[in-house]
Amino acid sequence: MSNSTRTQVREPFMHITKRTDVKLWQSWGARIIAIILALVVNGFFIDSVTGLNPVDVYKIMWTGTFESTYNFMTTLRDVAMLLCISLALAPAFKMRFWNIGAEGQVLMGALLSAVVMIYLGGKIPSSSLFIIMFIVSCAAGALWAAIPAYFRAKWKTNETLFTLMMNYVAIDIVDVCTNTWRGSKSSMGQINAHTKAGWFPKVLGYRFTISILIVLALAIIIELYLNHSKHGYELSVLGESEDTARYAGINVQKVIVRTMLMSGAICGIAGFITVAGTDMTVSSATARGFGFTAIIVTWLAGLKTPYMFGMSFLLIFLEKGASQISSAYSSLNDYSTQVITGIILFFILGSEFFVKYKLVRRKKETAKKGGDSK
Amino acid sequence: MESQNEKRVPAVSMRNITKTFGSVVANDHVGLDIYRGEILALLGENGSGKTTLMNMLSGLYYPDEGQIFIDGSEVSIPNPRVALGMGIGMVHQHFKLVDVLTATENIVLGLKDKGRLDLDAAAVKIRKICTDYGFDIDPHRKIYDMSVSEKQTVEIIKVLYRGADILILDEPTAVLTPQETTRLFDIIRNMKSDGKAIIIITHKLQEVMHVSDRVAVLRKGAYIGDLVTKNTSIQEMTDMMVGHKVNLNIDRPDPVSPSPRIVVKDLTVTDKDGLVKLDHVSFTANSGEILGIAGISGSGQKELLEAIAGLQTVDSGSIEYIEDNGSHDQLIGKDPLAISNLGVSLSFVPEDRLGMGLVGNMDITDNMMLRSFRNGKTVFTDRKAPRKLAGHVVKKLGVVTPDLSTPVRKLSGGNVQKILVGREIASTPTVLLSAYAVRGLDINSAYLIYDLMNQQKEAGVSIVYVGEDLDVLLALCDRIVVLCGGSCNGILDARTTTKEEVGLRMTTKKEPASVGGSDE
Repeated sequence: MSNSTRTQVREPFMHITKRTDVKLWQSWGARIIAIILALVVNGFFIDSVTGLNPVDVYKIMWTGTFESTYNFMTTLRDVAMLLCISLALAPAFKMRFWNIGAEGQVLMGALLSAVVMIYLGGKIPSSSLFIIMFIVSCAAGALWAAIPAYFRAKWKTNETLFTLMMNYVAIDIVDVCTNTWRGSKSSMGQINAHTKAGWFPKVLGYRFTISILIVLALAIIIELYLNHSKHGYELSVLGESEDTARYAGINVQKVIVRTMLMSGAICGIAGFITVAGTDMTVSSATARGFGFTAIIVTWLAGLKTPYMFGMSFLLIFLEKGASQISSAYSSLNDYSTQVITGIILFFILGSEFFVKYKLVRRKKETAKKGGDSK
Repeated sequence: MESQNEKRVPAVSMRNITKTFGSVVANDHVGLDIYRGEILALLGENGSGKTTLMNMLSGLYYPDEGQIFIDGSEVSIPNPRVALGMGIGMVHQHFKLVDVLTATENIVLGLKDKGRLDLDAAAVKIRKICTDYGFDIDPHRKIYDMSVSEKQTVEIIKVLYRGADILILDEPTAVLTPQETTRLFDIIRNMKSDGKAIIIITHKLQEVMHVSDRVAVLRKGAYIGDLVTKNTSIQEMTDMMVGHKVNLNIDRPDPVSPSPRIVVKDLTVTDKDGLVKLDHVSFTANSGEILGIAGISGSGQKELLEAIAGLQTVDSGSIEYIEDNGSHDQLIGKDPLAISNLGVSLSFVPEDRLGMGLVGNMDITDNMMLRSFRNGKTVFTDRKAPRKLAGHVVKKLGVVTPDLSTPVRKLSGGNVQKILVGREIASTPTVLLSAYAVRGLDINSAYLIYDLMNQQKEAGVSIVYVGEDLDVLLALCDRIVVLCGGSCNGILDARTTTKEEVGLRMTTKKEPASVGGSDE
């Protein structure tokens, strides 16, 4: 038993250690190299599959966002929407509460905005109309988030399943409402198309400028809330350990429900700005799956607000670019554009590994210096 | 060094081993030899690099520099599986067992034997290991039915089953009772006479004197030297570890005008499963006094402290806090916030430091405000005062940390404990509850904690000290409450009682009225 066979093992080529004090130019250098590598690899892919000139394809991709002011502004509009939902998720995730229900919370906010537009539009001054729309959509999103939060706080139900299922309830409610409202028409069309009541006024030529400004303000508020407020401190402690939270005298149930009310309310705002600034109507597709995409954004950004903006921008840029190239080239269908954006994402996220870790070889001969037992 | 060792080839020889984590040098050109048929105690203060060094031997870390020789030939150990293949097995401080599986299933888990899994044959082999070395375990018992010492036994058998003949035990006695420790040492001696090489990491120097043949000392990542155990003394080992002379006597100032501060009456607690954790416990903790709580681990110490701190639901009984002016406050039914709102300044150093007392991922400053973040009228937190306190604690208690913004989970156990104790004392408490305040701490840090406790005692604080080292309990405390299976089995005067008396009361119920013959 004692003399088991000993295999002489070869030296591993390299091993992984964590980096410390990474300089700014190093981390950005790694990211830029990653993007260049991604473009090169994609070049081979594009050339071998379609025979197109990769540089032309990249140019078209770039125009998705940067061809015109309009393209750029609509990109920003979508970034704002995605960022808004990501901001909503950040406090919940920091509390380790897996809110997968943003999609439904956004839809409920959007639906209630539409309800106010339909029933109060033109009957009250537009400033009070906006205030009511805002409050009501916050309340709707908050309620949609608070139900699973209350169950979790009170009876420790699984919030992941609960919030996920609430999405489908919300989708069906929106479908029921829109089907009723459209009557025999094929679609609802824009609400208040003639009076434009409940539509954001145009600023700098676009209605959604106001949406972007609202999200910008929210980003600052959330950044302060998470890092500098007492509430933010409480939910970070709770996220780390419930025992520690109780030890610190934090009311666990209260913090869970309070944080989720806020998370849901911000999702409601995302619904509100989409209805009033972009769509002027509501449907079960209003949230565009951003409720799920935002989960990725928030998590990859490590719950940090500036990174959430960066991630949102990257994802929307790729989406816009992909739709641009698939409409420009018949040989590049949706599937190949997905491969292209996938490769770019892979390299950019992969570069984060090299920002955090390094590969080193073991030094063998460094004799002289003491340490020998004799 | 003994002359016979000179001729033999060491089982393990580590040469010029260096490992750095970022800017921290955990091991600096360390060399270490271990021979077969030898028990080597690896000593060093917290953060001196003992565990790092052993982790490299067992394949968890990979050295940045240096060489490892097994039986004279150079090897490379990229992962634990390779280490086990070379006969190196490590038993970690924290057990890695699957609760719902039996001992046998846990032991064979992860083995890549060819053919069908034969649990019966495995059980036979396990029984043979048990009789060879003197273990006492039922291979078919589930882990969740086992005591801490039985779980540890399973962990040791696990590495023996895989053919390990170089064993590393990381603080194996930290969770054991004195009796269990004696039994473990018998087993270790059996393994030694079987020709195995054994390395034991521990902070308990009495045990080192008892069981080891040779002592190797690390300090701040560097190898200091080795001593033959029978030619050395606790004082010499301590001085070598610390680097200067250390006074090993624990002070015990006499209490100055003690008066009742916490009165516990008939406290009964049952857990979720209906098990009685505390059974009509009554005692009084006085101001200016250290009240020790002794007992086998899991005898209700945790529930008792948490009940006083407002973290444990209580079935019946009363816990009264008596203020200096004589007025009484009932603490039962109040949460920690309500207790502090009463004006009761109650500090609590819980057993689970990173799981309850501190937030591992937060830095030292943020941890300082864990119990005081509500201060200030605005909705925003004030980090100025906590940062100042953090700097003060780090300086006063000698916390080794790169800076104040290092997450506390990255600090070594002793430094974590200093931060926790430092914060709790800084709130100028009237009651200080502490659970295993020196567990896992090196001797220097432990004595620092004893000194802090005594300073608080002299300032009139009522201290409740849950401990496991009976020598320390007898030397530090004024009175000792002995818990046995959740009930109070006597309150002893620490100045006159003996270790044997306390040990006996920990295991054997005294009252004739209680269930007869519950001895173990």
